[in-house]
Amino acid sequence: MDWNPFLIQFINGLQLGILLFLLASGLTLIFGIMDFINLAHGSFYMVGAYFCATLTFLTGSFVLAAMIAVGGVFIVGVVVETTIVNRLYRADHLDQVLVTFGLILIFDTLVQMIWGPEGMVIPLPPVLDGQFEVASLVFPTYRLLIIVSGLLVAAGLYLLVMKTRLGMLIRAGASNRVMVSALGVNINRLFLIVFALGAALAGLSGLLIAPITETSIGMGNAIIILAFVVIIVGGIGSIKGAFYAALIIGLIDTMGRSYLDSLLKLFMSVQNAETAAPALSAMLIYILMAVVLAVRPQGLFPPTGTR
Amino acid sequence: MKNYLPRSTSGIFYTGVVLVFALIPVFVSLSGQIFYLDIFSRIMVLGIAAMSLNLLIGYGGMISLGHAAFLGIGAYCVGIPVYYEIYNGWVHLVLAIVVCGIFALVTGAISLRTKGVYFIMITLAFAQMVYFTFVSLEEYGGDDGLVIELRSEFGTWLDLEDNMVLYYTIFGVLLVSLFVVNRLVQARFGRVILGSKYNERRMQSLGFDTYRYRLVCYVISGILCGIAGLFLGNFTSFISPEMMDWTRSGELIFMVILGGTGVLFGPIIGAGVFILLEVWLPQIITFINKLELGVELPHELWHLILGAILIAVVLFGRGGIHGLLTRRKRG
Repeated sequence: MDWNPFLIQFINGLQLGILLFLLASGLTLIFGIMDFINLAHGSFYMVGAYFCATLTFLTGSFVLAAMIAVGGVFIVGVVVETTIVNRLYRADHLDQVLVTFGLILIFDTLVQMIWGPEGMVIPLPPVLDGQFEVASLVFPTYRLLIIVSGLLVAAGLYLLVMKTRLGMLIRAGASNRVMVSALGVNINRLFLIVFALGAALAGLSGLLIAPITETSIGMGNAIIILAFVVIIVGGIGSIKGAFYAALIIGLIDTMGRSYLDSLLKLFMSVQNAETAAPALSAMLIYILMAVVLAVRPQGLFPPTGTR
Repeated sequence: MKNYLPRSTSGIFYTGVVLVFALIPVFVSLSGQIFYLDIFSRIMVLGIAAMSLNLLIGYGGMISLGHAAFLGIGAYCVGIPVYYEIYNGWVHLVLAIVVCGIFALVTGAISLRTKGVYFIMITLAFAQMVYFTFVSLEEYGGDDGLVIELRSEFGTWLDLEDNMVLYYTIFGVLLVSLFVVNRLVQARFGRVILGSKYNERRMQSLGFDTYRYRLVCYVISGILCGIAGLFLGNFTSFISPEMMDWTRSGELIFMVILGGTGVLFGPIIGAGVFILLEVWLPQIITFINKLELGVELPHELWHLILGAILIAVVLFGRGGIHGLLTRRKRG
């Protein structure tokens, strides 16, 4: 049997999972610590991709551009937090939903005004653009790079959160925000750092996918919903949960789209299976989320010591 | 209670609003600006949809980020029968009511077990499921949507193919919806819904099964929005899953907030302002550019202004337009 098609789908699933994790890790911290629903988190994903595209053309190096772009998105995150978002931490969720929805409109328009309505393709250096073969299995180089760099970031994030003082405060904030500020921690600065860090991670996610799909206006608006599914399934405020849930969702979504019809054909007619499979595979992750919410609303891996 | 019902001062304003809607066709036929008949039809349809969402958000405190799904289902309840050459409008109407009612009952029963953020997310999840279902229904156009060749037929005395008749039909539905929603929120039912928004435990200790009341409210809201969807389908003559995109649900919430939550007329005002901004902002930008002031404003700018208005309304304009009106009146 030729394992290559399966392997490709598996790698695509992992890659989607990793991208989702980069988006969701910031989102879940912002949600868990500040109790803030940031619909505009996908905008940082888009901004990261556009920054990287322009910088790649300016500097001629994708890797260098990526590093500067992440820093750029961090600064955008700082600006958004200090001008608008920090007024809303005590507001109710409805206000947060609306303001961040307004931010999406603003970001989408700004990007369209600066970069134009056409998408941009980021050229990859030849080393990354291609595939290599190990024991008759073909691996796409760049997708593997996404997975590896995502895992490295995940490891770095793990060290940051588990081994540093900042991480300790972040964990404490996710468990009990009021207690942390009562202990004399400058909670506003902590919020700012977490928000900007989350933005930078979302930007990284966006710029990593851009060479594959090219950049587009509103590219973050579809994937942000997936990221929300990830953090609900994983448990709000839990980075570990976001990691596992992102991989689960990435794999379910990708594998479902490729193999659900064959699976359905085992116990229903070919014609019915082919009609039902596309709808069902697109719905799988939302069904998973609805089940998790109905049965275990705190998520699969909630942060320890949650209120 | 005075914020929840139109009192005499703002009542005059709202009577004026109804009159404006009633007289728009006259204005249109006198001035020849056919364009505005379309716009005000749209305002009324989306106003009804926003009114149904207001039942949830404004009165019930249930923030649904998936309400556009009902709008879409209602529209497809016209589109799919018409595809099979079933043009009877009563069939469409019954279908929309039944399908939206059942969908609301099932999803509401699950969603209402959750609270706060989780409710927002689960309603979003259900709406996404509906969205992707229609995207993958290749038979009915999938992603590309479906053209509705003939509008619903409600009998020879009501020819919806005539835009003027369609306008007044929607106007009639709007009036009925206003009446029904007003009676609903003033009845004991509405008081229980409102009461459980502010203090659910107290309502429960008074013996009300708040879950059931909310579920009924959710179903009524879903059906009303489905009926709005039916007319949206008839009015646009083209439907696609894009109508159910989550950003559409966001726009509906925006309309509710813009007009003022928990106010009977709020959503209609909100829908009106939203759509007129959508129409006028690009025109204003084109106009400024024609003045040739030396700077060429990009056409997309109007979206940015809309976003800025949205943020400003939330940050500074408590109570939306209704709040603005009543505040000024109080001096």
